[in-house]
Amino acid sequence: MKSLPLLFLGIFFMLAFSFTGIVLTSHVQFGALEQTTESLEADENGNPVMPEGETLYPLREGGVALQGKEVYISMGCIYCHSQQSRRDSFGADVARGWAQRATVPRDYISQSRVLLGTMRTGPDLVNVGGRLQGDGGREWHHKHLYNPQITSKGSNMPSFAFLYKVQAIDGAPSADAVAIPADSPYAPPAGHEIIPTHRAKVLVEYLLSLKIDYSLPEVPILD
Amino acid sequence: MSDSTDNTEGTVIPYTTNDPSIRAELSEIDRSIRSASIFFIVSAVGWLLLGTIFALIAAIKLHEPSFAVGTEYTTFGRMRAAHLNSMALGFGNNMIFGVCLWIMARLCRAPIRHGGLLLIAGAFWNIGLTIGIAGLIKGDITSVEWLEIPKYATPLLAISYILIGIWGVMAFRFRKGEHVYVSQWYFLGALFWFPWLYVIAQIMIIWAPAQGVVQSITNWWFAHNVLGLWLTPMALGVAYYLIPKVLGRPIYSYYLSVLGFWSLALFYNWAGVHHLIGGPVPVWLISAGIVASVMMVIPVVVVAINHHMTVVGLHREGWRSPTMRFVVFGAINYTFVSLIGSAMALRDVNLVTHFTHFTVGHAHHGAYGFFGMILFGGVYYMMPRMLQREWPSAALIKIHFWGSALGILLMVFALQIGGWFQGLQMNNPEIAFLDVVQNTMPWLKARSVSGFLLLVAHVAFAVNFFWMLFAAGKFRTKDTPTLLHTQEEGAA
Repeated sequence: MKSLPLLFLGIFFMLAFSFTGIVLTSHVQFGALEQTTESLEADENGNPVMPEGETLYPLREGGVALQGKEVYISMGCIYCHSQQSRRDSFGADVARGWAQRATVPRDYISQSRVLLGTMRTGPDLVNVGGRLQGDGGREWHHKHLYNPQITSKGSNMPSFAFLYKVQAIDGAPSADAVAIPADSPYAPPAGHEIIPTHRAKVLVEYLLSLKIDYSLPEVPILD
Repeated sequence: MSDSTDNTEGTVIPYTTNDPSIRAELSEIDRSIRSASIFFIVSAVGWLLLGTIFALIAAIKLHEPSFAVGTEYTTFGRMRAAHLNSMALGFGNNMIFGVCLWIMARLCRAPIRHGGLLLIAGAFWNIGLTIGIAGLIKGDITSVEWLEIPKYATPLLAISYILIGIWGVMAFRFRKGEHVYVSQWYFLGALFWFPWLYVIAQIMIIWAPAQGVVQSITNWWFAHNVLGLWLTPMALGVAYYLIPKVLGRPIYSYYLSVLGFWSLALFYNWAGVHHLIGGPVPVWLISAGIVASVMMVIPVVVVAINHHMTVVGLHREGWRSPTMRFVVFGAINYTFVSLIGSAMALRDVNLVTHFTHFTVGHAHHGAYGFFGMILFGGVYYMMPRMLQREWPSAALIKIHFWGSALGILLMVFALQIGGWFQGLQMNNPEIAFLDVVQNTMPWLKARSVSGFLLLVAHVAFAVNFFWMLFAAGKFRTKDTPTLLHTQEEGAA
């Protein structure tokens, strides 16, 4: 090969081709999706429109859960936990109860950083807030993060005990102490309790907020 | 591209170096780039050792989850990211800067100008990376795969890339001779492609994030191309240079070289989206990625034929040369890892391998079994010419080779067999998830054993390297090359 301009042009256009085809085209095709209602109805001309007064999905991320997402990011949870669900006939994501439907691009539009993940050393978490809810879910997550063996014997997830502090019970036990049974090998010494730090609390709120419990016009939840 | 009579491209390499004027020219070039190259290789060896330690911590944690959990700094996610970045950006890139830029200078047949530019770039690179990896261990990790380095360190890395790119263009500008050898195509392409990929990925994911899964698509366009358009062309360029050099025989076919280069350039950069098969992205995009991944068979088979036909009949000579042992091992693994990669992109196969340790095995197979091994071969060839002295110990080279070769093969087998079962079980909802996890344990333990083999190999390499570098004259001054079976005369 002697012609340098030709070599350079070739090198340039090869990457320009995939950059245009993959990155720019995606950006144009679905880089500006908007929230929508769970289903659409037809107007007088038969065009699909959003019914008035219904909730728009996906919900915006924010508040305490967003602080928790920062903890999730800083702990590198993504290296073992994905946040995506494949369609029912492709893999066991739905059959395992990880989510009720496949996730689609619109599910991720309000996320400032998308954490799809590529590894399932642990289970998928895209709908973990749908599986574990409310105070029961909160308690489960705290026990599990403090030491996964408490709730999930045989798990290879590391303990995040450094997000908790062990302190002497001063008078009455604290309301937010992690409820580890006294006979558990992971229970704190007698007269002590385990208290989640701020980071543990917001992380659990984030996990509780991860929910795919709504339909979208393109992927309704089927019964 | 070239006129059809030009079938003697292989002769452009002065592979018969008995001509004293060419030898003098080469040693003048070597001298001009020596301090920069040695700086890069010393850095690479340091990152290699550090990255191996991070790797072992992460590997052990996967089957001994109570290991090193006292502090957040050693939690699995951060150790894994520290390992990846130490190896890919610390070891890999310093090796590339050390070996490939030197080969580039030799092929341009002119002593390099502005060697200081390379040293500045090297300083920026290693300082930026040190800040970046310390930052991600501290907790500023971005959790974007292959782009974990925190925001405050990436500009240093970008400056370094740009300086190296400028240097590459200048080296090219002042080259002597008409021909552009196949290794130079690969190096030029990679030097141009990587900064583009890196800057776009940084902007669209970190600095001004695109909406939703466009981030993920950009992420895998970038991350797969780190392998495809950066590590792979660099290693292939090194192989294309060293095989004819060491064996004294030109590359089998110029036309296959051209076909291999352009088909790689065309197909590889579309392949990355196969990491999102089944995910929340449009099906047309996935299909395009699968087609490109399967088309990769063309450049891979073409390069395999070209390399094999060059080496054929000279296996004994190759086996005696440390350089060729590593390069041939790497070249063979390039064929295997790429064909496995093409298969993994098929939907039915991907359904099993996706989200499992199979992919982790595949990544190590490519990045280490292919890229790392060929670059090791490059260092074994380069250092004696830089330092005008031989490798002190053939035994340490053997330990390095066997530790690396057996270590990486054990790792690939363990993770891919274990990962395959993991995938089959995960797709069967009757099997409880924690049982799936438990069934991966023997394979993960085998992977840790492979990690210890690699550690032994890397320590042997480092000892031999620094012995050579600092203990000049302490070991017996040899006037013959260090070969692995010394009873016969042979190639270097």
